Amino acid sequence: MDVGTLAFSALYQFGDAFAFLVLSACGLAVIFGMMGVINLAHGEFIMCGAYVTVSAVHAGIPLPVAVVIGALVSAAVGALVEILVIRHLYDRPLDTIVATWGLSLIGTQGTLILLGSTMAGVGTPFGSFQVGDYSYSVYRLVLFGMAVLVLAALYALFNWTRFGVMARATIQVPHMAAALGVDTRLVYSLTFALGAGLAGLAGGLYAPTMTLVPTMGTTFIMEAFVTVVVGGADVFLGTAPAAALLAVVKATMTSWYGQLAGQIGLLIAVIIVIRVLPRGISGFLLRERA
Amino acid sequence: MTGKTMRGLRAAALTGTLLLGAAHSFTPALAADPIKLGVLEDQSGDFAAVTNGKVNAIQLAADEINKAGGIAGRPLELVIYDTQSDNTRYQEFMRRVLQRDKVDAVFAGFSSASREAYRPIVNQFNGLAFYNNQYEGGVCDANMIVTGAVPEQQFSTLIPWMMEKYGKKVYTLAADYNFGQISAEWVRNIVKENGGEMVGEDFIPLGVSQFSQNIQNIQKAKPDFVVTLLVGTAQASYYEQAAAANVGLPMASSVNVGQGYEHKRFKPPSLKDMYVTTNYIEEIDSPESKAFVAKFKAKYPNEPYINQEMENSYLAVYLYKQMVERAGTTDREALRKEIAKGDVCMDAPEGKVCIDPKSQHMSHTIYLAKVSEDHSISFPKVWQDIKPYWLGEAGCDLTKSDPSAQYTPSNPPPKP
Repeated sequence: MDVGTLAFSALYQFGDAFAFLVLSACGLAVIFGMMGVINLAHGEFIMCGAYVTVSAVHAGIPLPVAVVIGALVSAAVGALVEILVIRHLYDRPLDTIVATWGLSLIGTQGTLILLGSTMAGVGTPFGSFQVGDYSYSVYRLVLFGMAVLVLAALYALFNWTRFGVMARATIQVPHMAAALGVDTRLVYSLTFALGAGLAGLAGGLYAPTMTLVPTMGTTFIMEAFVTVVVGGADVFLGTAPAAALLAVVKATMTSWYGQLAGQIGLLIAVIIVIRVLPRGISGFLLRERA
Repeated sequence: MTGKTMRGLRAAALTGTLLLGAAHSFTPALAADPIKLGVLEDQSGDFAAVTNGKVNAIQLAADEINKAGGIAGRPLELVIYDTQSDNTRYQEFMRRVLQRDKVDAVFAGFSSASREAYRPIVNQFNGLAFYNNQYEGGVCDANMIVTGAVPEQQFSTLIPWMMEKYGKKVYTLAADYNFGQISAEWVRNIVKENGGEMVGEDFIPLGVSQFSQNIQNIQKAKPDFVVTLLVGTAQASYYEQAAAANVGLPMASSVNVGQGYEHKRFKPPSLKDMYVTTNYIEEIDSPESKAFVAKFKAKYPNEPYINQEMENSYLAVYLYKQMVERAGTTDREALRKEIAKGDVCMDAPEGKVCIDPKSQHMSHTIYLAKVSEDHSISFPKVWQDIKPYWLGEAGCDLTKSDPSAQYTPSNPPPKP
């Protein structure tokens, strides 16, 4: 087996792990990393996106459009949750844990009761390609591309647009932003909806590759929180390097000693990072630059 | 909350508890006292997709029995709890059904981890539990009756057949807990006995849903077929991902299709060339099976699939009825004396089944189910009356002693 094949397979595994970490984490990076809301219902937003996407495909809508619909519905649900529940708990961070945990239980059990224990999948599109002895799924490359795209879009949104500036101002010093005429309540709602929508996008993108069950969100949760904790408060400067670092650790450990070692490696890496850099990678990077 | 309302609430709660307790203890003993059956199954959580139907199957059997006059004239009453795919819940509810609800027998458990979590409690209170799942085998415990199929029934048939058809290089992908580990050991031994070679083994923690690395490992090892012993809905994502990466290898399993009806849940052709040995699935084309499916769908039209565990659960209620009626009591020792006679048998939807006195496991008809490209099922082979022989041959004899232990091929019962 030649070096090129080996290098490609290592790169593919890294990209695959990177995409999974980025897509599961970016919604949480906005809601938890940026807004500071410990959102235990993150997995249920992902599940919501996946279910809506698959239902849309079953209704005859093409997959790319269906994924967008899934993300939009999740965003709408997120906005609703923010207005009804989260808004009243911004200065009570511990209570948001209980509230979002409750929402997560309601989401899982409600889906089980309303839609049954499982939903038929839609199949993975685009087929496969061959490199050396191995064949790979094309869709996995699409996922990687989407992860990069989402990161770039988030960076542009928060740094180059009016909404991004207002969102950052609102979250840093809410009363000052309000004094300058920013509708902070609206900004909070929109930012939370953005996070929920990104979670829904992750669900929609992974839906064709996974079993659709009400508990499917839980398989994203650990990776999501780990990435955000390692990344720190900045959505782009945190999530991207954290996901890259963790993807290298996870892919390497998994290819050497199997899935269990991959999970252990991931968690050990997290412990080390938050011991050395308590404010995450973005905290470290921003302090260096300041 | 103020101190006063708190006290008021507490008093109300206390009165409620007392009243409940009183109502409980003063129920007069009637001649037709119901026989109580505890049902602990996962109606929510990771396993719900495959275990929800077991409760319906038990309910169906109980309703039929009650309509026909009950068990020896006594009605059958179900005490149902949702164990939420959580081992701790099994322990809590097992204590509750045995101590508070005082049930006569319990039907409990999907995963082997949950069974091993509740089994010590059944032993402690000397209860009787039916485990209606296929599993890795080896439980030698007088308090347990196992109606599910075991490795000597599922693997001793499946693996040699696969090796003959596809070749001798085998790769195992298994869930990383007692079921997967012990089943993988069985596969390893059977492959070796038949002159084959294990080219790889991967164990996957429960709840993992991403398989790119494992897919690559399998392609690197170039096996003739892959044995998939994956458990839970998260791990079932493997099939879709392997198909998307065009792995294209035949698969063999003891848990798929017959348990998780993946051929219904996934879009064809992701399960193409999957071979499964199972003692029952709804596609089985016999008059008994068709009658069972018709009855089931009439009562539960929304049931997505009738799997082997549902048939096991259904027939177990009838086996229990037969034992109680023959013994004239629900006393566990009296029931075991009936089992010891070796003729506790019945005609189930799958065919004739009997309880083996030595191990209290069950003989089965084993069907080899093949999934084709459009996910339709065919049965290339059927093995009649396959006995759960291993425990008995290895030295487990519950008619003589009760070790209440689980044995494996590498850790067999001690020789007397």
